[in-house]
Amino acid sequence: MGMTVVEKILARATGRTSVKAGDVVEPVVDLAMSHENAALVINQFLEVFSGTRLEPEIWDPSKLAIIFDHRVPAESPKTATNQKKIREFVAKHTIQRFHDIRGDVGGICHQILPESGYVRPGAVVVGTDSHTTSHGALGAFAFGIGATEMASVWVLGTAVNIAVPATIKVNVTGKFPDFVGPKDFILHLIGRISAKGANFRVIEFHGETVRRMPTSGRLVICNMSVEAGATAGIVPADAETTRYLQEEAGVQDVIEPVLPDRDAEYDETIDVDVTDLSPQIACPHSVDNVKAIGKVEGTRVNQIVIGSCTNGRLDDLEIAAGLLRGKRVADNVRMLIFPASGKIYQKALGQGYIGDFVSAGAVVMNPGCGPCLGVHEGALGDGEVALSTTNRNFKGRMGNPKSEVYLCSPAVAAASALTGVITDPRKGA
Amino acid sequence: MATVVLVLGDDISTDVIYPGRYMATVLPTETPQFAFADDAAFNAKLQAKEIPAGSIVLAGKNFGCGSSREQAVSTLKGHDLVIVAESFARIFLQNAINLGLRVITAPGIAASEGDDLEIGLEKVANKTAGKSYPVEQLPEARKAILEAGGLIAYTRNRLLQNRGEATP
Repeated sequence: MGMTVVEKILARATGRTSVKAGDVVEPVVDLAMSHENAALVINQFLEVFSGTRLEPEIWDPSKLAIIFDHRVPAESPKTATNQKKIREFVAKHTIQRFHDIRGDVGGICHQILPESGYVRPGAVVVGTDSHTTSHGALGAFAFGIGATEMASVWVLGTAVNIAVPATIKVNVTGKFPDFVGPKDFILHLIGRISAKGANFRVIEFHGETVRRMPTSGRLVICNMSVEAGATAGIVPADAETTRYLQEEAGVQDVIEPVLPDRDAEYDETIDVDVTDLSPQIACPHSVDNVKAIGKVEGTRVNQIVIGSCTNGRLDDLEIAAGLLRGKRVADNVRMLIFPASGKIYQKALGQGYIGDFVSAGAVVMNPGCGPCLGVHEGALGDGEVALSTTNRNFKGRMGNPKSEVYLCSPAVAAASALTGVITDPRKGA
Repeated sequence: MATVVLVLGDDISTDVIYPGRYMATVLPTETPQFAFADDAAFNAKLQAKEIPAGSIVLAGKNFGCGSSREQAVSTLKGHDLVIVAESFARIFLQNAINLGLRVITAPGIAASEGDDLEIGLEKVANKTAGKSYPVEQLPEARKAILEAGGLIAYTRNRLLQNRGEATP
């Protein structure tokens, strides 16, 4: 019987000829990523060694990546002290893939990993962040784990006792209409299968629409696969993966795609045709409360956010700049823009997008997770409404349980910034 | 026998269990103060120690979805709460097993605040409503971790075995 991509990756990572859904395996980890929650991982890591006579030692520091993004620059002495402790640990254990708070090589972990060439097709990637699913965009098996589980990876170099997940095959066909794209597709899919529709399973993306989609778009759909409960999202690697890694991530070594067998066994197959898809909006307070834009057009918003690990990439900023250029953000609306990394920020500067944003009245912030999870800047007032290109809208997500969050694409966010109400970008804003 | 102290619906996210703005607090000794922080009344009861150890939080499907933050588990464990839900999200369930938070999967479970539940290996009985519900066993894959008393102990044992040292 054939194998899915993730089954093949796990067979290779466990030295077996084959594995099937349900098998319990212990894959060797190729990349282990943490952000500021490395502070907790370090605590749990040291705990493993307590009571033993062994010196705390990381199995392979070259496999670790630590990126500061959740609270950058630090918003409190507590965060600053956590970051200081992590820096000291990084220096002591010689962790090379460390991205501190910097304008050039800093940024959001789920952009830093791909753009730095840390992720390869076929790799096993774990991260102490649920959106680690993003890296399936490069044909890797990437999934989120907790801090204690990461401590275990740091010690043993393997992810212990993993049940091989079953896979859902999603075939995407059709050409996106203007101002409709990967974000609308993934919101539509989550709305269709629900926030638990893919629980404990992998979503493997196929079809002409995915093949034509640049890596930036694949990162969006894999990133949000977790919002349907998926363990991972994955796009089998192809020529675009190689192009991205070579041209945008500077990878020079051989790139070997891992592809599913023709007779791979899928748990379920879902077909989506995007030809007539309209902009999709996830309404408060759950990501699967998805509606076509027509149902919520005209809803008054107080704050617009473009950015995050979902939609802070150059093509997202390009779409937004195209809509905002020479125009003005409506009164009584705050527009915040967070490029996903320093590299993207610099490219956006070069392209003139940052100037377009500032001239229109938007506030361009430094790369980081920012207001997405209410840990840093961009808080909402009681009763206020945000429209955001981020990935979650649970009650209190942006820091205030008395506020509401709608999720959308960069095109919808930018068109709505000009009017102050949820606006369909297809209607010539 | 234990009493249900909070009844929640489906898709309760870790943002609700432990709001993101408290994520700079990481140590299990410090996280309990922010349990369900946005539910001011329930949080106050927890802080005032009005909720007895072993009390039950009852939830629907997909409890603990969203962020992988482990604080969402340590904060509940800090109050010795037991979570009975129709189903759990993957990362939350793993974190719970890793840290030893008691979680029970009971599909179809229904109860109201104040009901007394008896949790057995095979079923959960709602003594107040006079109904019982079968318990779904935790994933076989995680059994070794449960038996070791959590992932820290499990990892320590494995490390010592690898180095040829006796386990403590």
